[in-house]
Amino acid sequence: MHTNNDNLLELQDLKVSFFTKQGEVKAVDGVSFSVGKEEIVGLVGESGCGKSVTSLSIMRLVPQPAGKIVSGRILFKNEDLMTKSEDQMRQLRGDRISMILQDPMVAMNQLLTVGEQLGEPFRFHDKVKGSLRDMCIALLGKVKVPAPESRVDDYPFQFSGGMSQRALIAMGIANNPDLLIADEPTTALDVSIAAQVLKLMKEIQKETRSSIILITHDLATVAQICTRVLVMYAGRIVENATIKNFYKKPAHPYSKGLIQSVPVLGRPVERLFSIDGQPPSLFEMPEGCRFSPRCSRAEKICFESYPPEIMLEDNHSVACWLYAGN
Amino acid sequence: MQGYILKRILIAMFTIFAVLTVVFFIFRLGPADPVAVMLPPNATPQDAENLTKKFGLDQPLMVQYTNYLKNAFKGDFGTSFRFNEPALKVLFERFPATLQLGLVAFVISVLVGLSVGIISAVKPDSFIDRIGRLVALAGMSLPSFWVGVMLILFFGVTLRWLPIAGKGTLAHYIMPSFCMSLYPIALITRLSRSSMLDALKSDYVVMARIKGVPEFYVILVHAFKNASIPVLTVIFGIFSGLIVGSAVVVEYIFSWPGIGRLVMESYFARDYPVVQVFVIFVTFVVVTMNLIVDIIYAYIDPRIRYQ
Amino acid sequence: MIHLFKKKKKKDTRPKGGIRLPYVGFFCLGIFFLAVIFADVIAPYDPQEGDLFSSTIPPVWQEEGSLAHILGTDMLGRDVLSRIIHGSRMSLLISVGCILFYGSIGVTLGLISGFMGGRTDMVIMRMADLWLSLPAIIVLFMLASVHGPSAKTIILTFGIMGWPNYARIVRGECLSLKERDFVRLARVAGCSKLRIMFSHILPNIMNTIIIMATIEIGGIIVLTASMSFLGLGTQPPSCDWGLMLAEGRQYITYASWLVTFPGLAIVITVLGFNLTGDWLREILDPKQKLR
Ligand SMILES: Nc1ncnc2c1ncn2[C@@H]1O[C@H](COP(=O)(O)OP(=O)(O)O)[C@@H](O)[C@H]1O
Ligand SMILES: [Mg+2]
Repeated sequence: MHTNNDNLLELQDLKVSFFTKQGEVKAVDGVSFSVGKEEIVGLVGESGCGKSVTSLSIMRLVPQPAGKIVSGRILFKNEDLMTKSEDQMRQLRGDRISMILQDPMVAMNQLLTVGEQLGEPFRFHDKVKGSLRDMCIALLGKVKVPAPESRVDDYPFQFSGGMSQRALIAMGIANNPDLLIADEPTTALDVSIAAQVLKLMKEIQKETRSSIILITHDLATVAQICTRVLVMYAGRIVENATIKNFYKKPAHPYSKGLIQSVPVLGRPVERLFSIDGQPPSLFEMPEGCRFSPRCSRAEKICFESYPPEIMLEDNHSVACWLYAGN
Repeated sequence: MQGYILKRILIAMFTIFAVLTVVFFIFRLGPADPVAVMLPPNATPQDAENLTKKFGLDQPLMVQYTNYLKNAFKGDFGTSFRFNEPALKVLFERFPATLQLGLVAFVISVLVGLSVGIISAVKPDSFIDRIGRLVALAGMSLPSFWVGVMLILFFGVTLRWLPIAGKGTLAHYIMPSFCMSLYPIALITRLSRSSMLDALKSDYVVMARIKGVPEFYVILVHAFKNASIPVLTVIFGIFSGLIVGSAVVVEYIFSWPGIGRLVMESYFARDYPVVQVFVIFVTFVVVTMNLIVDIIYAYIDPRIRYQ
Repeated sequence: MIHLFKKKKKKDTRPKGGIRLPYVGFFCLGIFFLAVIFADVIAPYDPQEGDLFSSTIPPVWQEEGSLAHILGTDMLGRDVLSRIIHGSRMSLLISVGCILFYGSIGVTLGLISGFMGGRTDMVIMRMADLWLSLPAIIVLFMLASVHGPSAKTIILTFGIMGWPNYARIVRGECLSLKERDFVRLARVAGCSKLRIMFSHILPNIMNTIIIMATIEIGGIIVLTASMSFLGLGTQPPSCDWGLMLAEGRQYITYASWLVTFPGLAIVITVLGFNLTGDWLREILDPKQKLR
């Protein structure tokens, strides 16, 4: 992977493991990708493939005490986050890098008001100018929560699902971060509310010019707002393509399966991934390509060693032996 | 909120009424002759007759019951045979001593239990965590009455460092309060550790860290506020009963002049009115404590407050 | 490569250097049950028969001790070791009696509460809250005043007072099982509520019930022993550990072995049950529902 100085974020061979009583779980096993400025990158893959762990490790917040970043570099604005102290990381979090969690009902503290939680990114990064409450109200207004002056004092349980997710997004964008990671921001929502939330995110991105990593397993969402797609499978990135290339000429057999399983583009479907077989258990990883047991085109070499990353064209790479021919 | 508290107060009142009733009937409907049970061992037949009259034991049961309730409402729970004074007054005279010891034990157990529990949860498998688990195990497995006797044997009899009985100087508090807080420390440590661990694993804690909230604030405000709900039940609800239970044992061993010792003496002297008033008083305290916890819950948890 | 991976998998990630606590627990329980089962064989003397000429002989390692009485004798010249060994039976009898008594109440109420739901559930759970905070000793005072102190009174007391924990846990389990297919099927098939509760749900929570019993029995042993210690439980000449301690307490200044060893017996037993209970919970209840 070439180093591009314009990149906002660059992961190099990131490996994250959980050390459990049953053994080591390699949740993220050698992930490399980069995110440019003002880019919206989609990260797709089945649940359990390591999307959340990848994004949490960018913030150095891998679940403790079992989880550990084993190796790799996390370059943010060309500085390696792995070398930062905990306090330096804290100052970055919620300020330059931020994240939105999947389920707003559990991601908000039920015992504190929405306002108290919204104010935290300001308070703890010395960004309070004037009244903190006013800043929170303005922030709620920005994510289009109606009547923000009164809702700011409400508790999360008084918010509907869609409103909660908006409030959560507000917390993420409070300080106009350079990088916003949205971990399945619409999975917990109804279809129509999900569409509104996505629209909102796109508007905000236009305004704040931040980069977004959008994690989802809904390809329709990706098609709507992303410029590039990363396909993840069992702890690895198997394909990295622009949105056009990804839909026109998907390279990895897994990506092809994904696209085929979406009957009509642009409309969400109930069962997205209906590729035969199960993803491998993270304890018993196949020796070679992780997808080989489920792959209809697997050859001998696929079972023996992991394929290298192959550049198909400028913005399109794939990890698959089928393309290693010349 | 007001409806909630009102409901809780009504439940509390009903409970006390129910306990008054149970106490009355257990005693009257028991297999033994109430007069015989109530009389001190050296009583004469004349005493028995007086007693029967005095308590109206010759009247129908329901009349007795209403009289009993009426008197209870006025704070009259009969007269102690031993002291020839109102039973409640006898109890209240001895209560401060129990309260003092109980408070010392309470403060020790809450301070030690909570801090060890929280530190253990924040740093699992650290030195403190291991010590904490060992202390919890010891507190659960060592009978406090035996610990008390062994303390007397070691520090009182063999080394002669500490007084073994009575109440007076600060030194008198050391062994009884240690003995009394052993089990509660174990209980609070275990519970606060596990509920803190749960809270620290939750999404709202991750979200707080994502926002760049400093760790001490994450632990003390986000995690602890949530973890405190189950811990509070133990600290106030179960604890009041626990303190009373262990007060009886500890006061008995260390001859502490509180209500625990009083009830033991009264039990052996068959001074039944005092035993009865002890039972009712303890229930009253426990029910009141439960009421306080319910109100604290409403204060902490908006979901209750706005229901 | 596969070989390497497997090796890593087996690696024990638990903290190093800790004592294997469960083994300590098994060992303690082993001693306890040995005493319970073979009390008549291994106890060197009759626990009740004393010889006043050999009263208060100290244990064997003290100066005046003798090999005839390894742990010494009490005021009445009874052999302490034999009394402790026989005391294990009393301890087991009372604690198992209590657990069976309140366990059945708790399981029944828990099943009803979880299965019926609604108002019934609310009433039972509020009652459980209150019960949990009332000290058993106040009931014991009442019952002992009326019925006199005895092992039976103790079992009755804890039988009445102990159920809330069981009821809560069983209720929780019942709630989650209620929605499972086999229970729904049974309902559709027209099984009566009683039948579903006791022959469909109950067998599925037996595991939980047994773990709970193991965890709670240690606490019950301590509690019942303290009641006997106070004179509210078993009466002389029974060889209950709590009672032995109470009797020995008067002579603490010159016969400390009379309080040391019965107490140690309690500690060993309780430690055994507690550690085994923790171990059982660890392996059978990884989700820690039983906290
Ligand atoms: N706290 C944890 N302890 C052990 N394993 C974990 C933990 N969190 C995640 N994992 C493992 O990491 C893998 C990836 O999880 P995650 O990143 O949450 O998947 P997803 O792609 O659905 O977001 C999971 O399959 C799981 O086995
Ligand atoms: Mg996820």
